Amino acid sequence: MSQVIKIRPMEDFKERSRGVLNDPGQRKNFRGAMDFLMAKRLAQFPDQEELQGLRDLGSAIRRYSLAHLPRLLEQLEAKLTSNGIQVHWAQTPDEANAIALGIAQRVKAKRIIKGKSMVSEEVGFNHAMEAAGIEAFESDMGEYIVQLAGETPSHIIMPAIHKTKQEIAKLFADEIPGVAYTEDVDALIRIGRKVLRRKFADADIGLSGVNFAVAETGTLCLVENEGNGRMCTTVPRVHIAITGIEKVVEKLEHVPPLYSLLSRSATGQAVTTYFNLISGPRKPGEKDGPEEVHLILLDNGRTQAYADEELRETLKCIRCGACMNHCPVYARIGGHAYGTTYPGPIGAIISPHMLGLDATYPLAFASTLCGACVEVCPVKIPITDILVRLRNEAQARPDSMEATLRGSGAARTTAGTAVWSVWAQVYSRLGLYKLASWFMSRGRALSPTEQGAWTRSRTPLIPAPKRLRDLLKDRKP
Amino acid sequence: MSARDSILARLRATSIAETPPLPDVKTWFDAHRRNEDTDQRVTRLRAALQAVKTEVHDVSATDWIEVLLRIAASKDLRNLLIGTGTTHGAELEARQPENLKLLPYADAIDSWRDVLFDDIDASLTLARSAIAEIGSLILWPNASEPRLMSLVPSVHFVLLDVATIHSDFHSAITTEGWKDGLPTNALLICGPSKTADIQQTLAYGAHGPRELVVLLRHAANADQGAAA
Repeated sequence: MSQVIKIRPMEDFKERSRGVLNDPGQRKNFRGAMDFLMAKRLAQFPDQEELQGLRDLGSAIRRYSLAHLPRLLEQLEAKLTSNGIQVHWAQTPDEANAIALGIAQRVKAKRIIKGKSMVSEEVGFNHAMEAAGIEAFESDMGEYIVQLAGETPSHIIMPAIHKTKQEIAKLFADEIPGVAYTEDVDALIRIGRKVLRRKFADADIGLSGVNFAVAETGTLCLVENEGNGRMCTTVPRVHIAITGIEKVVEKLEHVPPLYSLLSRSATGQAVTTYFNLISGPRKPGEKDGPEEVHLILLDNGRTQAYADEELRETLKCIRCGACMNHCPVYARIGGHAYGTTYPGPIGAIISPHMLGLDATYPLAFASTLCGACVEVCPVKIPITDILVRLRNEAQARPDSMEATLRGSGAARTTAGTAVWSVWAQVYSRLGLYKLASWFMSRGRALSPTEQGAWTRSRTPLIPAPKRLRDLLKDRKP
Repeated sequence: MSARDSILARLRATSIAETPPLPDVKTWFDAHRRNEDTDQRVTRLRAALQAVKTEVHDVSATDWIEVLLRIAASKDLRNLLIGTGTTHGAELEARQPENLKLLPYADAIDSWRDVLFDDIDASLTLARSAIAEIGSLILWPNASEPRLMSLVPSVHFVLLDVATIHSDFHSAITTEGWKDGLPTNALLICGPSKTADIQQTLAYGAHGPRELVVLLRHAANADQGAAA
């Protein structure tokens, strides 16, 4: 049912973007959803002083955690292990899937029920399980809808944000046996609830993500509204949590500020319905909960980001999605156009570490650098600075000092390099500049009417008949 | 080299130019904490709970059972899942309600999972404490009142003693000493389960309870010591 996630932003990012831009229905869905989420977030932060203070604190906690990351990961591992949670490490998506598959095969699992986990999307978990004959079923309502439609999430918090209730009504009527077409949202949710309740009860393994992993107590924290995360982590006899290595914090008291920032920034709620702290498997005498709990810690390029002071800031992210909700580009092209697991501004700056800059650099250019994302980021990631950095990396000479990432220099072309080298010569020499601008203004009639990407949706650029220099000369004293 | 060692080696190969100090979370919360008494905390908690469709009823140590039975009758509940070996459970059993069958969570879930999912209308658990600022109940499920009690039945009753209400999450964690011993599962719950995954339309009763009913139990002597 689920597809292999196609990661080819290079090849068809522009084409996909154009497709959405020309689809008024999708444009309306995204615009409406983004306006809704922006207004909800704004209402949660009436006090600017409180908001900025909390952002400073959130940023400081994340920066501190990253500065001590190797120590905290070891502490987390030791504490989780002593609590009875088994810790696994994976460098690549394949390693992560192999670990999960190993557990599934050992316990002879046939069905896995999944709570919301973007890392599981990142590693292509469902496909890997399906290939091994194990059913991986999404239980978050939005994820369930996109899985049923054979699609991937278009937003990290609201996966089915691109779909209208009419589309979902038709999907349910077509795909779920015995369900009649209804556009009533409560009725649709009741249908999903009924289907999924059976799945929770019958699953052998529950899979979840992790919002915060607390080193001092060995605790996995999960944030959610629906209760499916609690179901996945409580009902099946085995619970597997999967997360990136950056999600660790040292102290339990570091969690409340981050939880507040996450709930308010993501969906504009004071808090989510559930905050779930898991510190171990079922103990002797306890009557429910999984008998085994596993944590898979995934690198997948995060150590590359970690190695650079500026790019390390991307690892502060708490995955609230506020940057995409406020991005004028995301609001127009939606999540699928990006072609990566993580779309929007945060996707543009973390995906290069996971997939290589050569596969993802167009995303860094899909920004007006307006800075709305930076303004709303709850942990103050300098997103626009990093976008500019990635643009430079993409153009860098691959063997130069500036090229620090896998796939650096991928956007560099001979023609482009030649043009910019001429531009640099002209703009750094006054005589040459005067000469060039004289020719441009006098030869304006020769300006081409076809100017590549510029004229696709704009009128051609034609130099002014007189240069600024000439206009100033003409001015009467 | 194992995946673990490779990852840690790569992280350790990076020297962090400036090590930031331990963030001072306590000072921030202290500066933003309201100076309020139990009544004010109750008011704030009630408003926050009701804002997310939680039913809140004020009860006393003597009338909470009658209130609960009245609500159960109004919701046509046939049965109520209760814990084992709890004081409030024993009080309820002693009352021997006629129209509400009390079902103790006596056995491990593995032997009666389908009954829990299909046949149980409601449950009752005791909250450990609550948080006024974010309108959340704190539950520490255990062998007496297991985890699924607050998740699977469609209606969840929570008995909360008002003296246990904290001002904010940080003071709950620190005054209760959470870092020195967390249970298998600790929970914050602020309302019935919900989702807005279909066209941002809010719908209650996603996967967990459709209704959350809080019985705010006031002590007979209203001036009992309040939590910080």
